[in-house]
Amino acid sequence: MSTTTTDLQDEIEKIDGHDSHDDHHHGPEPGLLRWVKTTNHKDIGTLYIWFAFSMLLIGGAFAMVIRAELFQPGLQLVEPQFFNQMTTLHGLIMVFGAIMPAFVGLANWQIPLMIGAKDMALPRMNNWSFWILPFAGTMLLSTLFMQGGGPAFGWTFYAPLSTTFAPESTDFFIFAVHMLGFSSIMGAINVIATILNMRAPDMKLMDMPLFVWTWLITAFLLIAAMPVLAGAVTMMLTDRNFGTSFFDASGGGDPVMFQHIFWFFGHPEVYIMILPAFGIVSQIIPTFARKPLFGYSSMVYATAAIALLSFVVWGHHMFLVGMPIAGQLYFMYATILISVPTGVKVFNWVTTMWRGSLSFETPMLWAVAFVILFTIGGLSGLMLGIAPADIQYHDTYFVVAHFHYVLVTGALFSIIAAVFYWLPMWCGRMYNEKLAVIHFWWAIISVNVLFFPQHFLGLAGMPRRIPDYSLQFADFNMISSIGGFAFGLSFIMLTYIIVDCIRNGKPVEGGRAWESARGLEWTQGEKAQYHSFDTPPSRATILAESSHISHEGQH
Amino acid sequence: MQSRPDYYIPSGSYWPILGSVGLFAMLGGFAGSLHGSIVGTIGLVLGLGMIIFMVFGWIGQVVHESENGYYNKEVDMSFRMGMGWFIFSEVMFFAAFFGALFYARQLSVPWLAGEGNNFWTGELLWPEFKSIWPLVAMPDPTNFSIPKGIIGAWELPAINTLLLLTSGATLTWAHWALMNKNRNQLIAGLMITIVLGITFLGLQIEEYYLAYTTLDLKLSSGIYGSTFFMLTGFHGFHVTLGVIMLIVILMRCIRGHFNMDRHFGFEAVAWYWHFVDVVWLGLFVVVYWL
Repeated sequence: MSTTTTDLQDEIEKIDGHDSHDDHHHGPEPGLLRWVKTTNHKDIGTLYIWFAFSMLLIGGAFAMVIRAELFQPGLQLVEPQFFNQMTTLHGLIMVFGAIMPAFVGLANWQIPLMIGAKDMALPRMNNWSFWILPFAGTMLLSTLFMQGGGPAFGWTFYAPLSTTFAPESTDFFIFAVHMLGFSSIMGAINVIATILNMRAPDMKLMDMPLFVWTWLITAFLLIAAMPVLAGAVTMMLTDRNFGTSFFDASGGGDPVMFQHIFWFFGHPEVYIMILPAFGIVSQIIPTFARKPLFGYSSMVYATAAIALLSFVVWGHHMFLVGMPIAGQLYFMYATILISVPTGVKVFNWVTTMWRGSLSFETPMLWAVAFVILFTIGGLSGLMLGIAPADIQYHDTYFVVAHFHYVLVTGALFSIIAAVFYWLPMWCGRMYNEKLAVIHFWWAIISVNVLFFPQHFLGLAGMPRRIPDYSLQFADFNMISSIGGFAFGLSFIMLTYIIVDCIRNGKPVEGGRAWESARGLEWTQGEKAQYHSFDTPPSRATILAESSHISHEGQH
Repeated sequence: MQSRPDYYIPSGSYWPILGSVGLFAMLGGFAGSLHGSIVGTIGLVLGLGMIIFMVFGWIGQVVHESENGYYNKEVDMSFRMGMGWFIFSEVMFFAAFFGALFYARQLSVPWLAGEGNNFWTGELLWPEFKSIWPLVAMPDPTNFSIPKGIIGAWELPAINTLLLLTSGATLTWAHWALMNKNRNQLIAGLMITIVLGITFLGLQIEEYYLAYTTLDLKLSSGIYGSTFFMLTGFHGFHVTLGVIMLIVILMRCIRGHFNMDRHFGFEAVAWYWHFVDVVWLGLFVVVYWL
């Protein structure tokens, strides 16, 4: 106990020695430990984004293995069991390691800056939310090296594949999911407390930029959905190790119950991964259309409507489990209802661009690509939502094509758009526009070569999660793989562009990288300071920096 | 409006990284120990130790900062929101298990016995199986512990309900005392609440002992045992945490930490205790009674 008290004493002395006001005008602490101890939202945002990027590269490498194996029919490169581990971990890493942490990183950087707050509401917990992730990611990836291999049951880990028939490493996977969930819940609590409590006193809710609104609603989804996932994996754990029979029919349980619990989490989860993307695009399009966002309040209400509906449509993932016909009809109609608020959003983006003075710098290119390609993903989602049609499409490559259009050309593209849009503000330097535009066209062409043929494969009946296939699928698979390798290579170029910007980019003059960018985050001077908004912005500044009210006649 | 600049932003802290290493060691160790790894068991114990040390150290630092006046009204509000949404996340965690109970009892067990258009399910899988809740005869009993009976609602659980409801009232009585500057009543109220909580836990242990030794009602007693023990077990775990938190609050009260205007630590624990209370009422109705 003696060490306990001395350590505690040290901590206390540290607080006593530092008055909070002194800390303010300091820059970051020197040395690497700064990143471990930090309570600064910008540091933590940076950590999240680099972590997400490294996970994206790992998950992408797994995807390359998948596409290489599928390049030709027959088993070429890997064992089927290993192929299944690749599909499983590709999905888990991309969802929990790349997309979600990237959005939390953007939230960390942007939300305090966009609402005129000093920092996140609970800065120490913010640090913990991040630092759980590398440990959870390590635990998840370590399963690949364990006896019996890693999880091979798909990212949805349906019982009994994940209970009765799963390798030992599944228990490590379960606890990794627990840790990821813990991190997400704490992150979401922080976002809500920050937005509701730390806003500049003169900023009303309906003054908030749309990125802040979409994150507020996303955070609610996270707090409601992640604990249910924790419940599902806990039931898996006890079914596997302690003799319970939640998912075992011989004891009175039901494997289908797993799917209900999982998708009760899983469907809100897909909106967790797309609502912040809607927010990002709603920030970028007004800037490059040089017009205020069209239909701001309808955007807010549409986001809330999508979030509420997301909790009552989970059964559309399960049309084929043998649910009663009334259940199928209900889930079908409720699902299709979501296209109404989503349509509102798409029309609002298009209307924002209508008769705008458009220019197509890199962030705008990605945002426009998002609007078009996400809409394609949404339309294939409508097809899947129709219960009788889903009998044909279920578990085929059509589903794979659908969710890669919404998650890659949707969520991931919005993240890339956000990075290009805000990077000049984060580091005060401009990226190489010429290279970035080349990279955009490279990525946009290759990603469509990669995923568009998968629609045809699915409609023709090629099942997903299969390392081998019949000969009639050979041509489209080869085309898809070629697109996949090209898309994979584009990330090497992206890495170069970003590192080059941070190291050698030309300084941004005047602090506003985009001539008509509005938002409190652009009022920081040459680049974002380590501490921002010691004094909250005034009502006049907030209104002048609004990206959704008209400024005609001003300036 | 000008109070914002006073919002306290703590300087860097080692507690979070300690918590992350602790979680990793504890959970990874637990997973390892499930497969007979000694290293895993050591990791579990070490990790748990780190977590306990981190929780007390971190909260100790927060208490210290609070007592030294670093926190203003906005910080207090952030803590309130944090605790409120944390409790909401706990509600959703319990909802998963309540949902499992509902699904099994109302849907999957009747379907297994051939209800509705599931005639052939029953006929082909387990034709002898009948859907009777509480489910003591599983479809295929070979791998399960067959209970001789179940815990009735109007025995220990009814007493436990009374205990928890009373503890909610005594805690509110203590809160009144805090608001009215009645120190003795505050400490007495908290002590009674803690005693009631510990008594509840004692009776819960007694109930589990009865279930395991005389009734053969176990975690492995099919879906009934699974839902019964997981729901009441997680609840009991939360009561245990609540009692520990109440003891910490009692010690802080004895040291004179709170006053009328500033006692969110007390309120947070009270919220948690009432939440645990409400979950119990739900359990009493749908697990024991109906």
